[in-house]
Amino acid sequence: MNHFDVIIIGGGPAGMQAAIRLGNFNYKTLIIEKEKSIGGKLTQWDKLFPDFYSAEELLQNLTRQLNENVSILTEQEVKDIENTSENEWTVKTADGQYSSKALLIASGYDFFNAKRKEEFGYGIYPNVITSVELEAMIKNGKITTLDGRIPQKIAYLQCVGSRDEKVGNHYCSINCCICAVKQSIEVKELLPDVEQYCFYMDLRMAGQHYEELYRTSQEKYHVQFIRGRISEAASTFDNRIQIKAENTLLSTPLKLTVDLFVLMVGMEASETTRFISQKFNISNEYGFLQSKQRYCSDNETEIKGLFLAGTCKRPMTIPKSLKDGDAAANAIFDYLKNR
Amino acid sequence: MNNFHPFVLPFTIGTVVLFIILFALFVKWLLQMDKTQKTTALKNIISFKTLKAVWEAVRECLFHRNIFRTNPVLGYMHLSFAFGWFLLIVIGKIETTFYSGTFWDEFWLAIFFRFFEDTSVTFSGSELFTQLMDACLLFVLSGIVLAVIKRFYSKIYGMKKTTKHTIVDKIALTSLWCIFPLRLLAESATAGIKHNGGFLTQSLGNLLVGLPLEHITLPLWWMYSIALCLFFLFMPFTRYMHIFTEMLLVFLRKWGVTENNQKTGYTNIELNACSRCGICIDVCPLNTEAGINNVQSVYFIKNTRYGTLTKEIADNCLMCGRCVQACPVGIESTLIRQIMRKKECFNNKDYYQYIPDKEEKQISEEKEVIYFAGCMSHITVSIPEAMKHIFAAANVKYWYMDENETICCGRPLMQQGLDKQAETLRQKNTEKILSSSIRTLVTSCPICYKSFTEEYHLPIEVLHHTQYIDRLIRQGRIKVNRSDIKVTYHDPCELGRGCKIYEEPRHVLHAVAELMNVKMEKENSLCCGYNLANTQLELEDQMKIRNAAINNLTAPKPDTVITSCPMCKRALQHGINVNIKDIAEIVDENIAK
Repeated sequence: MNHFDVIIIGGGPAGMQAAIRLGNFNYKTLIIEKEKSIGGKLTQWDKLFPDFYSAEELLQNLTRQLNENVSILTEQEVKDIENTSENEWTVKTADGQYSSKALLIASGYDFFNAKRKEEFGYGIYPNVITSVELEAMIKNGKITTLDGRIPQKIAYLQCVGSRDEKVGNHYCSINCCICAVKQSIEVKELLPDVEQYCFYMDLRMAGQHYEELYRTSQEKYHVQFIRGRISEAASTFDNRIQIKAENTLLSTPLKLTVDLFVLMVGMEASETTRFISQKFNISNEYGFLQSKQRYCSDNETEIKGLFLAGTCKRPMTIPKSLKDGDAAANAIFDYLKNR
Repeated sequence: MNNFHPFVLPFTIGTVVLFIILFALFVKWLLQMDKTQKTTALKNIISFKTLKAVWEAVRECLFHRNIFRTNPVLGYMHLSFAFGWFLLIVIGKIETTFYSGTFWDEFWLAIFFRFFEDTSVTFSGSELFTQLMDACLLFVLSGIVLAVIKRFYSKIYGMKKTTKHTIVDKIALTSLWCIFPLRLLAESATAGIKHNGGFLTQSLGNLLVGLPLEHITLPLWWMYSIALCLFFLFMPFTRYMHIFTEMLLVFLRKWGVTENNQKTGYTNIELNACSRCGICIDVCPLNTEAGINNVQSVYFIKNTRYGTLTKEIADNCLMCGRCVQACPVGIESTLIRQIMRKKECFNNKDYYQYIPDKEEKQISEEKEVIYFAGCMSHITVSIPEAMKHIFAAANVKYWYMDENETICCGRPLMQQGLDKQAETLRQKNTEKILSSSIRTLVTSCPICYKSFTEEYHLPIEVLHHTQYIDRLIRQGRIKVNRSDIKVTYHDPCELGRGCKIYEEPRHVLHAVAELMNVKMEKENSLCCGYNLANTQLELEDQMKIRNAAINNLTAPKPDTVITSCPMCKRALQHGINVNIKDIAEIVDENIAK
């Protein structure tokens, strides 16, 4: 039986939360996920800002709430989507074909490919890593350089691929500022002797308890925040990273040699998001999906029966994505009821 | 006087005034040339080069070969005007010489011959001359027809944009257009009375017989003469000044005169040699991609000539050199632009804070090459990394001159008109280079390469890394495998049009990959848009220019796009998720172990 009330493309936080609601509304729901398991980018994270809530616990919580109305397909990439008739959607994957009355896109984001900012040496120097790779180290409880040394100095760089006109991403990715604050605290707890520097254009602590965490990181964990962009990074003979920057508050150039250089990568529309936004011609200038109206119908699109949730629309935090999943489920409920 | 009538006066006055002005201007400009330019010219005046210049002047100023190459219709138009008019004067003169039996007849006689011709006087070949003159007139008239069409429908010539002209230009243009139709009418009217016309004027004259010819003939000759007079009087102040200035330019250029780093008489000659044909507008990426259509060389030159140049026009240019490549007159407009950008020196101190005071340790070991990565390579770090591997594979001992302390080569400052600052940097770098006894300098940046070869006057060999890698491969010092990946190559402006290096990178790429051709390559390659020379361009427009270059490079669907300039690499990298590499990287990946 391949017919459902709702198909959800993408099993990240937004998709899961919507599936929980739709299941509770007694709609037969299918989640199509391209990875081995559902959870989206949550699976790559250890703890969440600003309260260090465990990502794993959140994931278990969400999974537990999915009822028997919800089926899950993993390791299935969407090949094509068709609006076969007014009331029917067909989704093709490599293995099969599924149809539904309504379609919810929750295909999320991807991390910015840091290789596109070659000046920071990612992919060229081994000890230049992304925030995602640092999170994996934190999750393992072991932070080392590639050659197994315990880092003495770590530098973080904000806005890699966000707010960068040159790579075409004018927007702020919202999560990275506070994420670096969170990660630097966790790193300091694992490595009490480490010195940490965070380079920023301006810090956007836009949420309750964010500002407090930023303050704690400075007062208690001695993270140094330096306003200024890093112009270039070079490897030293012993595989450390020498960075050149300007402290724009003091108007002085500075050089710093660190053991690990962490790039806080921004968020870009994922491949599936781009595919869908192009297919239905509802792309914004960055390849994210465009909802019908940002204020009152942010989950609907110009196409009947096609709904959106989460970061396929724009960068969001996890709580915001979950709420957006809820809202999408409600919108779908209204749509299916009044059909 | 037999051959005089008051109507010849406007023409005579116009001609005399024109030649006085021309003479005065030419002398002024020649005197305004600087010392090196004068000595270069004088040294070469009596040489084979002068003969070559004569030939080139004939080829370009009469036949307009270069315009022919770009656009045959446009070429024919110019040819018919220039060569046709030239023939009218020369054949006319020969005709009157036969007629009056002396070369030293009244000089206007050849111009108004049909009016003064005494049909009872016979001379050998008179019939042939009449027909020839008519043929020439027809030739010129065909050009006029094309010119009128061009003014109103430039698209049919394949020109997307034609130049906007000043009011003086328009007056001169109108009088120029009137000259030959008026000549045709005047000669035909005279032929109607005197029966001295050729196939064209006589046929038309016969048609006019019904009209009161005796009343309209003289006014037509007056109008013809006045049209000539107007054109001659306005000419030195319009674009038509190019007719004579271009010839002077051809000679000076053949004698080895070039632009120096300041505005001289030679610059004025170049400015006046521009015919405002507008060919540069269509090749300018600012126009084709970003719709900016008031800054191109033709407008820059026009504004400079009339003293109305603004900073916005002078600075809004990528100096990619496509216009210089396309210019039928060969005006070095980017060099003139650089000169016109020259700024008064302000406090230098802030510029050099980053230059270390203390000298680095001297190079004691024997080394083969100096490697200078360049500022831009420091932010495209995979390029110097790949070069390190190539040096190692070839067993070359090198000194990485700017590994820790980068001093800019100075060219970006030069392009901004900050000559003094650039000179300071050049001195610092020259001191560093000469502190070693190494005889070869390799750089990874075409901007630095152009600077080192043209502005530094170093006593050692300077190579761009494409040339150096090519040499290593040819000498067998590195062995490479040919991979089956498909690549396209982006010619950087500074290396291609700037330094004419097209073959070495292609030879290297043929050795390591499958090189595909792209539509616009070599001299015609498109600018990546990131050139540091432009300080006016909005990012949005820069991206449009870059995207055009990307589309050109990715059209044959290559696996990898290759370039040999860190700046271009950065530009293309920011554009798309296409695989973009420097030539050094792909060589490094394919070195045989």
